[in-house]
Amino acid sequence: MTKNATKLAPSSIDATLKLLADANYLADRSLATVLFLALKMGRPIFLEGEAGVGKTEIAKVLSSTLGRRLIRLQCYEGLDVGSAVYEWNYAAQMIAIRAAEAEGEHDSARIQNDVFSERFLIKRPLLQALEPDPSGAPILLIDELDRSDEAFEAFLLEVLADFQVTIPELGTIKAEHPPIVVITSNRTREIHDALKRRCLYHWVGYPTASRELEIVRAKVPGVGKKLSEQVVGFVQALRKLDLFKSPGVAETLDWATALSELDAIALDPAQVSDTLGVLLKYQDDIARLEGGKVKELLDQMQTELRAAE
Amino acid sequence: MDDPQGRLAENILYFARALRAAGIPLGPRSVLDALAAVMAAGVGTKEDFYWTLHAVFVKRHEHSVLFDQAFKIFFRKRGYLERLMAMMSPEMTGAPAQADQPQASQRVLDALFQGAEKIEREKEEVELDARFTVSDREVLERKDFAQMTAAEIATAKDAIKRMVLGFDNVMTRRLVPRARGRRVDLRRTLRASMKSGGALIDLKYRGPSTKTPPIVALLDISGSMSQYTRLFLHFLHAVTDARKRVHTFLFGTRLTNVSRALREKDPDEALAACSASVLDWSGGTRIATSLAVFNKQWSRRVLSQGAVVLLFTDGLERDPDERLGFEIDRLHRSCRRLVWLNPLLRFSGFEARARGIRVMLPHVDELRPIHNLKSMHQLCQALSEHGRHADPKTWLSRVA
Repeated sequence: MTKNATKLAPSSIDATLKLLADANYLADRSLATVLFLALKMGRPIFLEGEAGVGKTEIAKVLSSTLGRRLIRLQCYEGLDVGSAVYEWNYAAQMIAIRAAEAEGEHDSARIQNDVFSERFLIKRPLLQALEPDPSGAPILLIDELDRSDEAFEAFLLEVLADFQVTIPELGTIKAEHPPIVVITSNRTREIHDALKRRCLYHWVGYPTASRELEIVRAKVPGVGKKLSEQVVGFVQALRKLDLFKSPGVAETLDWATALSELDAIALDPAQVSDTLGVLLKYQDDIARLEGGKVKELLDQMQTELRAAE
Repeated sequence: MDDPQGRLAENILYFARALRAAGIPLGPRSVLDALAAVMAAGVGTKEDFYWTLHAVFVKRHEHSVLFDQAFKIFFRKRGYLERLMAMMSPEMTGAPAQADQPQASQRVLDALFQGAEKIEREKEEVELDARFTVSDREVLERKDFAQMTAAEIATAKDAIKRMVLGFDNVMTRRLVPRARGRRVDLRRTLRASMKSGGALIDLKYRGPSTKTPPIVALLDISGSMSQYTRLFLHFLHAVTDARKRVHTFLFGTRLTNVSRALREKDPDEALAACSASVLDWSGGTRIATSLAVFNKQWSRRVLSQGAVVLLFTDGLERDPDERLGFEIDRLHRSCRRLVWLNPLLRFSGFEARARGIRVMLPHVDELRPIHNLKSMHQLCQALSEHGRHADPKTWLSRVA
């Protein structure tokens, strides 16, 4: 058996939590519950949440811990069947037709049969996900579904309901073992109810301070105890500020990494101001923290941390 | 006593006519069907009778409500149904009793009592607001939200028909077969050439498909706008009906999303659902606060894919501060086109003097009047021609 041996799906919510924790993904119990149910019931899981809270990461973690293949479909406007499901290799088909003619083959029905065979089929992510895999049904990650247009969403309904795809020239291809489907959305538009209805829905929110601290320590090992506490405390305080875009977990990790690269041991106002661009990505939000606001927040956080000790 | 069947047929016919007038499309065939159905099912209980007619007359879910109201009013006459059941020979006139049924929608009442002048209307019935009438087609009514006449709905629908015609299309990145497209569609080309066994290659093309952009409407429902709110809601309901991607938000002192309520097919139902979900009708205005909530909670969810924002407000903010400018600027930067529809422009001597208006003007793409059907028509046309004639800056320079 290889290192990535296929593991069976977890048998309980606790086992799911542990499975995720083994891959350094520290999830809330609510998320673990939904994941467990999705795996158990064979339903797609629909994750919505702000950017940078670890939605895509879940699919990656599932893939690595369960030892399944990860197939990723990044959505964009204008995504069509040709780039999501399958396409014929037209150049090769044309050559094959010419070659057949050169050999004196004139039976057009036969040429057609040869040309539209699996040899000339280019499989795109959705079709790949339906194929049998020696390591078990793959994980299909449909990332940022809100970026695709409604027409594609409607097409997805069929795939998700029956896990099958019909190719007119070949027939219907049905998955023997349905893939584990993870759909993510940043909610830049509302996904239709019909699609949501087929999935288990979970809103991925910002973690609590203690959870975030665990995440920082697991993901950025180089960061000291004091600095990590301060980083998390500051980010948590920022999220209460009613900013246009609050920093996500990804930003916290970036910031912790950045500060440890700068050899910081504790936060000081000047350094925070210099590195704010790692946390906040809107000028209005950064402007709000100018003029002593950073110092104020830091002091407030210090007293809170001291009180907690 | 005349032939009971003849009486029944007559009554069903009257009932069908009333339903038709109320907006359920029914042909003569349905009347025959209904008669056959009643004969087949027999007139058993009132409920059976109801569902027998329902089965024939109602073809769409949203008509069910109209049918229900019409049935109740039409067959309300005391003991009528009972007698019908007993001997299937009731006496019945085309116009049954009294209009003292406030919960029935005005449309059904109108339909049932059409031509029966002697029936008195209720006192709080539609009063025309003559102050703003500039043409006989313009009908603005009092703020009473629940009831609207069939004539008005017809006019509003008329306005919308024109609107759909003049709408702008934006190109999407999705490619569809086009005879004069720019890209070769290899798939269709190959299929076509297979017909001739590959000897001929008949090139087929693809080009980008076009789509109408989403519309986001922000409607001020404060006291100063109350005379217009209902008409605008009807307008937005019709737009929602005709277009797929329309989001409507109402704001006074707080922001309410009524997109789902407006998706009800029946205008009365939709408006009722709207009023049920809103708590701050005809109160004060806090434009800056409402826009801030919209920007923070909704703009990233509904303003993607090149949305057009229609902002219905008179701009009379109680105490405008710098936040108003900031929020309207942010709104402007997050949408493709921001159209401000201001009913105050009905006054020919309108000047942008109020501070709220002056703050908002530099940040909108267009400022347009919206106080009668004519201006609604103009809006519909303008949306397809990129509003060269409504540059908001002209209003600023006129005062300065």
